[in-house]
Amino acid sequence: MGITFRKETFRDDYTFRNSPEHIRRFPFPFNEDAYMYTVNIEPHVVGPKGSVLENLIDVDEHYVAEMQDRALVLAEDPLRCQSLPHMTLAGWDLLELLMEQQALGYPEHFTLERDGDRWRWINRPLGIDDTFTFGDTSTLPYGPMEYITRQSQGDFCILDQRDGNLWMDAGMVTTQADWSLDFDIGMNFFEWHAPVPLAHEKGIFTRALKFLTNIQQGKPARRLNWTMTINPRLDTSPENYHKWGPDRATVTPENVGQKVHLRVELQSFWRLPRSNAIVFPIRCYLIKMDELVTQPKWARRLHRVIRDLPEELATYKGLTRYRPTLVEWLSRLDDGSPTSPGFGPD
Amino acid sequence: MAAKTIISRPIYGTLSPQPGKHHLFVADAEGALAIIDMAGKAPPGFFDGAEIDFIPGPEGKHIAALEALRPAQLHIAPSFASLLPRLKQTLTNAHMGLRLYLAGTEGLIGQAMQVALEAGMDHTSIQTEHRGSLARRMQCVHCKGITENVTTQPALCAHCGLLLLVRDHYSRRLAAFQGVCINAEDRSEIPPMEEAFP
Amino acid sequence: MSTGTTKLDVVVSDVVPVNDLVTRFHFRRRDGGLLPTFSGGAHVVVEMRDSDRTRLNPYSLMGSPLDTREYTISVRRDDVGRGGSLFMHRQVKPGLEMVISYPVNLFSLDLRAKKHLMLAGGIGITPFMAQTSQLAAAGGNFELHYTCRTASLGTYADVLQQRYGNRVHLYHDDREQRIDLDRLLSSQPLGTHLYVCGPAGMINWVRHRAAALGWPSETVHFEHFAAPQPGAPFDVTLAVSGKTIRVGEQQSLLEAMEAAGVDPPYLCRGGVCGQCETNVISSDGKFIHNDHWLSEEDHRSGCKIMPCVSRFEGKSLVLER
Ligand code: HEM
Ligand code: FES
Repeated sequence: MGITFRKETFRDDYTFRNSPEHIRRFPFPFNEDAYMYTVNIEPHVVGPKGSVLENLIDVDEHYVAEMQDRALVLAEDPLRCQSLPHMTLAGWDLLELLMEQQALGYPEHFTLERDGDRWRWINRPLGIDDTFTFGDTSTLPYGPMEYITRQSQGDFCILDQRDGNLWMDAGMVTTQADWSLDFDIGMNFFEWHAPVPLAHEKGIFTRALKFLTNIQQGKPARRLNWTMTINPRLDTSPENYHKWGPDRATVTPENVGQKVHLRVELQSFWRLPRSNAIVFPIRCYLIKMDELVTQPKWARRLHRVIRDLPEELATYKGLTRYRPTLVEWLSRLDDGSPTSPGFGPD
Repeated sequence: MAAKTIISRPIYGTLSPQPGKHHLFVADAEGALAIIDMAGKAPPGFFDGAEIDFIPGPEGKHIAALEALRPAQLHIAPSFASLLPRLKQTLTNAHMGLRLYLAGTEGLIGQAMQVALEAGMDHTSIQTEHRGSLARRMQCVHCKGITENVTTQPALCAHCGLLLLVRDHYSRRLAAFQGVCINAEDRSEIPPMEEAFP
Repeated sequence: MSTGTTKLDVVVSDVVPVNDLVTRFHFRRRDGGLLPTFSGGAHVVVEMRDSDRTRLNPYSLMGSPLDTREYTISVRRDDVGRGGSLFMHRQVKPGLEMVISYPVNLFSLDLRAKKHLMLAGGIGITPFMAQTSQLAAAGGNFELHYTCRTASLGTYADVLQQRYGNRVHLYHDDREQRIDLDRLLSSQPLGTHLYVCGPAGMINWVRHRAAALGWPSETVHFEHFAAPQPGAPFDVTLAVSGKTIRVGEQQSLLEAMEAAGVDPPYLCRGGVCGQCETNVISSDGKFIHNDHWLSEEDHRSGCKIMPCVSRFEGKSLVLER
């Protein structure tokens, strides 16, 4: 048993692929043929076997390669991982959560042994076996948040809760859809969401914040968000926009299938026990068009969604330059037949 | 894509006297006028426990008018950099009950607020009023360099030379607006540079 | 461990009278495991099943957040209240099986503070017991000022003084000792946060003086329990499914519909996602809207209800379900 981790890259030669099982478990984000922002929050409970929700913290075949890519990003730019001084306790909370969840879901790959404050953490895929004192930062090679998020797929924001708001006071952000932790750190919920179009006016953020500040320990919640990326590049940061931006001008009818990727973020929200902070893991899943359209329902639906996407959203998500090429390519896979309700393939 | 006004863009108010034991004002150039206007609404004796730190700028105006308010302290500084050590020291020794008032350019308000946040003040408790130039402090998101007094849209990064869209997205921690490469997707597109923040 | 329900099955492991008015209760997990970790200032809601009546009262956790083998709460006997404290004092004995909620913190420390100044009155000392343990273990800077009626009613004053020495200041009403509040508030370093827990009069007095002396509201924290409001039972007719149901005291309208086999869509069950929005066909009575979804206008017009959180009081209610 156990996962077979792929050897692959998210830069330069871009050898990232999904295995057929991973294509089927891809968290397709559209449950109908149109898309608009909504308060799409639901309880984060375990889902069917073989889905990305089989475990609340998902580890998949891309784990090792993603962790290698993260290490490269951090070496180039250490500002991707920051924690304001009052957030260390929340970092320990996060370390506990991720170690517990990974060990619970994948005992063949991860083991956590606890003897009071004395903890031993074994991460077999990355060849780590460390013994440390919980709560004592000097016993780990990095701060607690950095230590564990160098070993966990997805980005992480830790939000301090004060005055009825959430404050982005710590994070590990190397696989982001074009936003900067270094710039946003210290902001509140409304401020870091400021660039998002339409959603403020629809009252989405006021409602979402009320829900999030009420999240209780042991009752995590989740939502899906999506965008598109040219080439399977995890690090689409504004810091490097001048490096990956030109890729958007390279999409042609011939290469859509290989170059254009749907990028889905499974975002979850957890109350942390000691610090009363909230952690927001943003788990990014990529799938190239050629892989996605192996599921005819997804192909038809994605065509309709992208074709009818409101202009503001298309601009915000950076699709403008290649949307016509993509829609044309997808239209050939859409015979107009109805799509069944729900996310899954038929 | 033109930057529209967004929520992270700070909203400045009008200075008003707050309850408190001590009052510290930091202002530059026309910011002095905000203090003078506020003085009309202040209770008698308000300035007895007040310190005003003022950076007059090249025109050197308003000093006499501030003196006339008879604050406990009036300190004139040639630049923000020269004021910084004093401001830090004052805040380190201060007690709860100190109220802070910032008036003048966005650059001054932002940088003084940065120091206050580090001293443990909460930004919502600080009074601000914008007066004078609209020039922006901008952080280049690519090289992280700060360019002062940006008045054009787009603007050149003084450090790495990229042509940047000056967004309304603002970071209190950096006291700066965000600059993002405006022609990253196609460097041959060079939008005209216009005076946007006089 | 971090997933599951919000309820904990516990057993009372000890009951310790502390003084004439206050008794301490210890809870352990029935299955012998560790309880969830919590943060200083958190409370649990204790379910008190008193024959056919169930009361839900919140109590601050007062043990060290570093030790989750047991939870401890202290209950002050209130001879005129809704009866919860009397039930605790009279009926709860070691070995009794009870149900409590997961810890929730509405009075959490602001960890940015350069110093934490704590003011307690009477039984308001309990959240500070946990907060001081948490801060002391992390080398935090705090000072506690504690007012009680008499030395013998100074619950845990001795323990606190033993633990923290001159960081704890005591004031006894019967000895005419009063906090010199204005002086205390004016001598705190910039970046101090103030926490107050005690009788409503004390909280108001402290908040008022702090505001007058220039303490910004973000730096003043006070414990206010959002005491659970179960609500009176009410009857509802579901027009589409042709059923009439009764919503119990402890039940939500959504739960009552589900119990009757009617399944409206839902996501959050917390009044924000809008999924469970239900049209009202007719009503004669008063809505108790608790959601954050409907507009004020919707609330006033009474044409919609969010059954996951909202209730009704009156003669009749017919819903389009
Ligand atoms: C507390 C946890 C959350 C964090 C840390 C977070 C963070 C972010 C960030 C950094 C962005 C990018 C903004 C930019 O362009 O600079 C974003 C976008 C967005 N967020 Fe959140 N968010 C959170 C929760 C939510 C919730 C609960 C909702 C809605 C129910 C939401 C809705 C959105 C939407 C609609 C976008 C635009 C995404 C797109 O179109 O690609 N967020 N979020
Ligand atoms: S279920 Fe979300 S509002 Fe009722």
